[in-house]
Amino acid sequence: MVEIQSIRAFLRPWTIDHRPFPKKAIISPHKYYEACPMQQPTDNKPIQLKGSLPPIIPDIEQWPIYKLSAKRYEFIQDVINSSTTQLNKAYPTKEALLDELARTVYAERIRLTDKPWKADPEDEKEYWAELKKRLVRINGMTEDPQKQEEEAREMLNSMISHYTNEIVGNFDPSIYEFASRALPFGFSRLLRSNLGLKFKEKLSQQFSTHNRFIYEGDLENIRKLAKTHTVIMVPTHITNLDSMVVGWAIHEMGLPAFIYGAGLNLFGIRILAYFIERLGAYKVDRRKKHPIYLETLKEYSTQALHDGVHSLFFPGGTRSRSGEVEKRLKLGLLGTAMDAQYLNYIKAEKEGNPEAAKKIIVVPVTVSYHFVLEAPGLIDEHLKATGKEQYLVENDRFSTSFKMLSFIWKFFTKSSKIYLSYAPCMDLFGNLVTPEGKSIDKRGEEIDIKKYFLSNGELKEDTQRNSEYVKLLGDVIVKKFHEYNVVFSSHMVAYVAFTMLRKRFRRHDLYDILRLPKEDRIIKYEDFRLAVERVRDRIFELEAEGKIKTPRHFRENGLDDLISHGIENVGLYHNARTVMRNKDGDITSEDMKLLLFYHNRLEGYQLAQYV
Amino acid sequence: MSDLKTVGVIGAGSFGTALANLIAENYDVLIYARRQEAIDNINIKRENAKQAIHERIRATDDIREVTETCTLIFPTIPSAYFREVLLQMVPYLRPDHILIHGTKGFHINVSEEEKHEDIKELGRESIYTMSELIRKETIVVRVGCISGPNLASELSQHKPAGAVIASHFDEVIRLGRNALKSHRFQVYGSKDLTGVELAGSLKNIIALASGSLTALELGENARALLITKSLGEIIRIGRVLGGDVKTFLGLAGIGDIIATSSSTTSRNFTVGYRMGKGETLQQILDTSDEVAEGINTVEIIKLLADHYKVKVPIISTIYFTLFKGVPAAEGLRQLMKYPFDVDVDFLD
Repeated sequence: MVEIQSIRAFLRPWTIDHRPFPKKAIISPHKYYEACPMQQPTDNKPIQLKGSLPPIIPDIEQWPIYKLSAKRYEFIQDVINSSTTQLNKAYPTKEALLDELARTVYAERIRLTDKPWKADPEDEKEYWAELKKRLVRINGMTEDPQKQEEEAREMLNSMISHYTNEIVGNFDPSIYEFASRALPFGFSRLLRSNLGLKFKEKLSQQFSTHNRFIYEGDLENIRKLAKTHTVIMVPTHITNLDSMVVGWAIHEMGLPAFIYGAGLNLFGIRILAYFIERLGAYKVDRRKKHPIYLETLKEYSTQALHDGVHSLFFPGGTRSRSGEVEKRLKLGLLGTAMDAQYLNYIKAEKEGNPEAAKKIIVVPVTVSYHFVLEAPGLIDEHLKATGKEQYLVENDRFSTSFKMLSFIWKFFTKSSKIYLSYAPCMDLFGNLVTPEGKSIDKRGEEIDIKKYFLSNGELKEDTQRNSEYVKLLGDVIVKKFHEYNVVFSSHMVAYVAFTMLRKRFRRHDLYDILRLPKEDRIIKYEDFRLAVERVRDRIFELEAEGKIKTPRHFRENGLDDLISHGIENVGLYHNARTVMRNKDGDITSEDMKLLLFYHNRLEGYQLAQYV
Repeated sequence: MSDLKTVGVIGAGSFGTALANLIAENYDVLIYARRQEAIDNINIKRENAKQAIHERIRATDDIREVTETCTLIFPTIPSAYFREVLLQMVPYLRPDHILIHGTKGFHINVSEEEKHEDIKELGRESIYTMSELIRKETIVVRVGCISGPNLASELSQHKPAGAVIASHFDEVIRLGRNALKSHRFQVYGSKDLTGVELAGSLKNIIALASGSLTALELGENARALLITKSLGEIIRIGRVLGGDVKTFLGLAGIGDIIATSSSTTSRNFTVGYRMGKGETLQQILDTSDEVAEGINTVEIIKLLADHYKVKVPIISTIYFTLFKGVPAAEGLRQLMKYPFDVDVDFLD
């Protein structure tokens, strides 16, 4: 009996696999509602703007961000009030509140000694010393518990007020206008003293961003929706330049300025502070992780969105250390969008005009570079975090204005293209949104997303439910990041080279691969070429399935030209060449860690089997 | 308390009917049935699937009526028809609908061409639990699942029982509990939706094997051996597929296994029993009117285990007896020779 033979074979003792069975659950694939395919832009023609698009709202004084600035004090008061309400709810008893106040004061004083920053206000130390005294005094008021609680609540309120005033950004239209005119030429002026006149002229041509930035996506839809609804733009994050690039792109697209939560540390660097001010940045201090600060920060973002101010979040939280497209997001700020959407519905209902509720529109953006200045530092930090390498802590490569300046100099003078790839506009539930602001399902039927907030037919706040919705939104954004990721020739050559070495030395761990001696890093060009061809063809297949994007240089070049293009551009200005051809014409790398970094951009597409 | 008025049930099989009877103690129930016979049974005869029908239950053949009347709906359709019925509901589903399904099986998502080929392996991305299918095909986000040792025949006799409702949403668990709980029915909550769905589906395999064992009259020691060891197997494969080990030790796992692997009223047990008596799968399928989910599940799990290189000797043996003509007795004999060594190896 054949079948019995086969079952015997199956049960033969030596076929037993003694390896421990997989411990980690395989992350279940994304299975959620697939948005309407017919609404996807059918052609992905890259758009190279000849100049900025006309502003959708010509009068700056009509911009939401301006209006917010104009009623700044009122707005600050709103944020303080709603944060206080939330936090009083979170600490209903006097004891819980006193505990939290003590923890916060302690954490803040530790922070000031352990991690002081240039951007900290000078009187920060005195402020917290004062609060400590105040807390001691309140703790001593045991004979009058009611007074004690009152004082504690007042102290909470004044802390929230302190934080709000620290966080709050400013938007000055004259500075904005100056900066948006000055940026393309500003550097030539800054550097005038060192340069001859001729060079300066050449420079002003080179400083144009118009031939540097390439856009993909339905910009017109974003422009239309930004007029009537509230947009949150959520880009991938790999370099400190991202905020500048995306901010500048917002200007070029003719959109009003977005508010943006910039790391407080960046305000210590004057030149960078100069740029981010223009975006209407508010300050985010990542050292502060206690609930009182975080709640205030979230409330700030929620209220601004609720007021209709467009926002820019980097949902990855920090720059991607590994060079990969973000796989996991920080959901805190995304949660504020969900809260704001709920508030919009509540407000519209109160005002008796439920139809008028503004929708929060999510626009994921994938930004692709051939060259990431911070790559060496980022990949070191990544390897350190994953325990593969014991390194000394690297300095932040943007720690001085000079370094920042020299980078911006390189960035604007050398022509290295940057792709900004915009996913179609969607609502907070991942449904596509038409230019009229209608959410539609995959049959093209309208969906009333207000109903996601209903319980038994009524708008009802449910924090747990909203946090689940935010998780789902995070999944959708990650998926869009990958689908709209524009793969460069440079990423592909790095991917193929690294994967080939990894396969050749499959018994080595990552650490060994990174330390391969020079002579082991050589790949025969012919082999490399064949592998690139297979990977490229697979990428084209993936593109046809809507799972990745390719730029023009990818489609128009022949294989050898594509490889040369990739080799020329990958990690262009690092001291060591990431991928190069040696004197025999074979492929090699001078820096395996950089190779890993640029390779990682193509992680998550299951391409290794094609190498 | 919630002011839901009517709760919907999709499918008037024995579990759907039992569920409707439980809910009817708290709310009005509108039950959708495809066959006119079942509708008449419920609306006129007041008896369906050998169960008396509670007075608050009404049946309809209009799926639109159910979706428009009810926001809380319990689909209890066999996995093989689940998608088909779901697609009928799609035009009427709204974002405020809440779906809690009671289906213990999988949906395979392969292309039309692949269906005709001999599939050798299956990846996780090709199989959908019912909640994943709902998420994929509809705009409904608030999804849950009910599972546990709930033999319909006992429920209909008002014997005490309990179940677990799993969902990522507290709200779904709360509403499901409000609909079902009574002095004779306990409802527990779980956040491990995938785990509960997997446990409920995978336990059918054990019920099948246990049925065969009973037919071969191998005794209770053998059954205990089988149940314990195959529990280890379903935990291993379940973990790989995204479930939490703890879930398998609860009502949806062990609880359901204990109930179905010794009960002649379980469909999967009955199929296994008849196999043990020497009938072929085809003979059984030709003569039974109810669906035993376990048969498909065995095949799916075998293909998944091969893909992820998880060793599942018992499940494989069941696969060979079901689909490859190996007699149950021969399969068991081979299995006894299999050199297992460590007893409990799934808890680390």
